[in-house]
Amino acid sequence: MSVLAYGYAVWAPLIWIVVLVVIGVMVLIWRNRGQKSYKKGTAQTDIFLSGVRVPPEGQRHVKSENIYWGFFEALKRLYSGMMKPHTGIVNDYILWLVAVLAIAILILAVSG
Amino acid sequence: MAAMIAHAPILIIAIPLVAAFLTPLVGMASKRARNALVVVSLLFVAFLVFALARDVVTNGIRVYTLGAASPEQTIPTGFIMPVRIILEIDGMSIFMGLIITTVALASLIYSLHFLKGQTGQARFYSLMMLLYAGMMGLAFTGDMFNLFVFLEIASIAGAGLAAYRANMADAVEGGFKYIVVSTIAGLMVLFAVGILYAQYNVLSIAALAHYMQHTLLDIIALGLLGSVFVIKLAAVPLHMWAPDTYTVAPAGVTPMIYTSSAASMYALYRVSFTLYGSTIDTTTLGRVVIALGVLSMFVGVMMAVHQTDIKRLMAYHAISQSGYMLLGVGVGLAVLADPVALANYGRNAINGGIFHMINNALYKGMLFLTAEAIFFRIGTRDLNRMGGLGHKMKCTAGFFIIGALAISGIPPFNGFASKLLIYETVFKFNPVLSVIAMFVSLVTLASFTKVFYSTFTGPEIPAYKEVREVPKSMIIGMGILAACIIFFSIFPGVVMDTIVAPATEALIDQASYISAVMGGVP
Repeated sequence: MSVLAYGYAVWAPLIWIVVLVVIGVMVLIWRNRGQKSYKKGTAQTDIFLSGVRVPPEGQRHVKSENIYWGFFEALKRLYSGMMKPHTGIVNDYILWLVAVLAIAILILAVSG
Repeated sequence: MAAMIAHAPILIIAIPLVAAFLTPLVGMASKRARNALVVVSLLFVAFLVFALARDVVTNGIRVYTLGAASPEQTIPTGFIMPVRIILEIDGMSIFMGLIITTVALASLIYSLHFLKGQTGQARFYSLMMLLYAGMMGLAFTGDMFNLFVFLEIASIAGAGLAAYRANMADAVEGGFKYIVVSTIAGLMVLFAVGILYAQYNVLSIAALAHYMQHTLLDIIALGLLGSVFVIKLAAVPLHMWAPDTYTVAPAGVTPMIYTSSAASMYALYRVSFTLYGSTIDTTTLGRVVIALGVLSMFVGVMMAVHQTDIKRLMAYHAISQSGYMLLGVGVGLAVLADPVALANYGRNAINGGIFHMINNALYKGMLFLTAEAIFFRIGTRDLNRMGGLGHKMKCTAGFFIIGALAISGIPPFNGFASKLLIYETVFKFNPVLSVIAMFVSLVTLASFTKVFYSTFTGPEIPAYKEVREVPKSMIIGMGILAACIIFFSIFPGVVMDTIVAPATEALIDQASYISAVMGGVP
């Protein structure tokens, strides 16, 4: 019931779930064996950022537009090409439909 | 019970249709009675769909002829071809019916509290039931003209729902774009149906497939139908309307409109396999479908990861996920004429594509609902303005994690099971396609990590100190889909054997579909 056999591979999620549960239990046990003598609310539990001053709570969150900045910067040309057809104008959407229709009929007619 | 099953095909379409028109009338007397009417009708229809599914899986194709002495009498006495309206339900139709019904139930229950205090609720529920009836009709119809009719019903209802928040300019724009695209698509379907009817004098899909001659006009009709269903399912490069519409549609509606796109994908498969299957060069058609699938996967995910509007991001992911389905089924279509390749990997590729359809409807539907839950509480879709919501919206965060892991294909979730099937089978067809599919999964995970980080993690933002978890009906709506995801994750074998494999078999077995209507007609 739980096993999905493809003919050349098998996917058995229950095994994965059992393994994940075992790993989870092991992590919890390991965590509970950790240091308990630290004092909450002192410098011991403050955020350490390589000696740099930590911004106040409301300003610590990295904004979504800055996440993966390097990825987008490296693929700037690809993105500018992909953005170009996304004009937001419904007339353009229909033009694309007409173009795809013409190409589809051509391909199907040529291939027979 | 047997009589109810015999008439279930028409009841499943008629009940929501009648409920749609009764809703505003009952709403004038009592709002609670109106809500009860839509919920009870949908629950009863869901019961019928599940009963019919059991019947179809056990006994094979069920046909229902309207106006005949007996529903099974597809060809009237003295005639040599079907002339009445026929509903034909095989493994693929009922598979689509199950998807539509599950998503509709979750969306409706979710909407009950979401709409509280808003105007125009009677129209909302009325359109919701019309959209459901349209989609079910699209899945069950056995003739091309009614395919057009139900496509129109679903499109008009969908556009009305997309523009429901008429006080927001972008909602009206989203609805407008949807209706323009849908109307032109509908007219093109009508034109294609006209071409086929002019040649063969029949509208029944089975009869058309039986008489199909493979003329140039047939190819033009196929081009028209294919392009229309591609734009309706929002595959690249005809996807641009989808982010504009999905983003602005209210909670409960986005999963429904997205499911109506899946219904268009069903129509594309029905036309490719059942209507034209044995008469055209399926290898070329399959390669076209694969190309669309790869484009959709790649462009969809790359555009998604760049977005900062949570619903727009999810809309692009919806496009990307459609690519997987097209890729899997496209590979099966490309090797349909090669029995060895079909047996080796083609059938499993179709299984993967079809399995991904239902998986995606569940987790994508739930992710859209979580996005709307966030919007419901903080009033913005802008990820840049979010943060720390996990402190207050723990249930929503939990549902989001389940959906995000499932869509990214992380084991042991259901998305992994269908994606693994697609990777392995597509690899046998062309390894490069498989590598692209895996890369797309990786970027999907990166994209949802970004959303999770931006939305739920970090310290509480002062502006959202008063934010609370969403009301119970919204949690139940998301919970229904989460429960299905977990069930599908733990028991993929059951899902594959009971609903996916029969759907694949129904697509491949064109002869059975034809003979269920045509019988022994030469």
